[in-house]
Amino acid sequence: MKNRALRFTGGAVAIVASILIFIVPFIFIVLTAAKTQQEASLLEFSWPTEWVFFENLAQVVEARDFILVRAFANSAILTIASVAIMVVLGAMVGYVLQRRRSRWNGLVNFLVLAGLIIPPAVVPTIWVLQGLELFKTLPGLIFVHVAFGLSFCILLFRAFVATIPRELDEAAIIDGAGPLRLFFSVIFPLLRSVIVTVIVVQAVFVFNDFTYALYFLPGDENATVQLTLYNFQSQSLSQWNLLFMDVLLITLPPLVMYIFFNRQIVAGMTSGAVKG
Amino acid sequence: MTTTAPRLPRRRRGPGISPYPTWFYIPAGVFYIALFLIPTGASLYFSLTRWNLFDATFIGFDNFVQFFQEPALLQGFTNTFIYAFVTSGSKVVLGLLLGVLLSSQIVARGFLRSVVFFPVLVSTIGVGITFKVLLDPFDGLVNTVLATFGIEGPGWLTDPSLALLSVAMVDVWKGVGLATLIYIAGMVAIPQDYFEAAKVDGANAWNNFWHITLPLLRPATATVVLLSLIGGLRSFDLIWAMTRGGPGFTSDVVASVIYKQYQGGFFGLSTAGNVVLFIVVAALVVPLSLWLNRGEKES
Repeated sequence: MKNRALRFTGGAVAIVASILIFIVPFIFIVLTAAKTQQEASLLEFSWPTEWVFFENLAQVVEARDFILVRAFANSAILTIASVAIMVVLGAMVGYVLQRRRSRWNGLVNFLVLAGLIIPPAVVPTIWVLQGLELFKTLPGLIFVHVAFGLSFCILLFRAFVATIPRELDEAAIIDGAGPLRLFFSVIFPLLRSVIVTVIVVQAVFVFNDFTYALYFLPGDENATVQLTLYNFQSQSLSQWNLLFMDVLLITLPPLVMYIFFNRQIVAGMTSGAVKG
Repeated sequence: MTTTAPRLPRRRRGPGISPYPTWFYIPAGVFYIALFLIPTGASLYFSLTRWNLFDATFIGFDNFVQFFQEPALLQGFTNTFIYAFVTSGSKVVLGLLLGVLLSSQIVARGFLRSVVFFPVLVSTIGVGITFKVLLDPFDGLVNTVLATFGIEGPGWLTDPSLALLSVAMVDVWKGVGLATLIYIAGMVAIPQDYFEAAKVDGANAWNNFWHITLPLLRPATATVVLLSLIGGLRSFDLIWAMTRGGPGFTSDVVASVIYKQYQGGFFGLSTAGNVVLFIVVAALVVPLSLWLNRGEKES
């Protein structure tokens, strides 16, 4: 009896604390995004006296010739393309790395760990991109994300391929499947659950990335959403309502991801982490 | 011809017809080598030059000398360690506490887990902007609340001695959810038998925690420490969004120095910063990971 009361008070305290610490900042974002410019500039945590949520939304979207819409399109292309390339190439490496013992294994394993630990050298990367005429282009940034994200994908795929029985490969080989068919029509479909995990985790990472976009796709016109938000912050210091509307819009895609793929995100972030 | 026949059983398939072709490495390798390995290798050379992307003049170790002599740059170097140690230490302690709390039979457990974890997924720039406003010295929510209790809140981001720690605090706010989840995953893996055996021996909750949970959470702790240390040493976007290394250079870290020197056109110096960061991360993380994971190899 005493134990149960303790549990409920403990729970209540935890809920109140979590709301104060973790939810209030998000409520603040929503409330400020709904205020008029004068009221938002007070930076108060208060109920808006006048709700102008949709007016603000329209204003942010239309601002500077629909720059936010273009930024969202850019971010969407960036995220989809880089994650797609990463998944296919990472699965190929993880698969061969787990299945085949060869003299390359040690080297590849070392490079994968190096890719996880070593901070990328930014200016030399710009130098290479410029040599390839990919600097300040969306494909350039996509390739950079692929190069930097592969290590994480390979680790997850290697661990998962280990759980697929080799007898399956042998059966397919006896049935006459070549290496390509074996991988793409037998193994790849079996990787589905880990593919979802990799996609979700990397998509959130690429979408939220600011540093690489700042270095490799600078400027304002062709920017990603994170960069637009950052530029917006430095340009219009008085329009806090619009700034927070922008923050709110950028928070929505990860929120939607989290609602639908809660389990995969958690699995990916913790399992991948344990291996690293 | 007959001499090759006895060898066949040893290599049933030639390298070309193995079901696991080595060329599967090539497409990924192209991206990795071109955009990661070559730049990393080139950085070792370019850090020894005065460089503007077109011409590189070899100047020996001048960039590194400058890096460790100019107070503004040196401060970035020491700040990197402070930031990384404060954030990873707090993430371990808070993550462990929250992990234990959220693995217990507490009400609304699922809700609490989601709430603690969600900030991990939110844009760092968005978090930075929001907390910059919340920590505003005059109108910010934090100081307004403190004022109602009669406490005069400090200028979190404007006080030179506090700015770095304030940003570290926000970093912990954003990242503690991941540490918590890793600890929860570790707790789930502990067999219940241990606790039942301990119960027979008359252990209390504290004994359980200290002698069973904590030692068995060692792999989880290793993961949290390594992840947050790597992240903390490389950290850039949150600091840049909140203070841009200011006031003065008091919250600069190596990663923000790299960006500032790059903006200023000092590409050689910027690359030297990168090499310094590379060495710091490798020198800290590699021995630490060997030490933290030493028990696992034996078992």
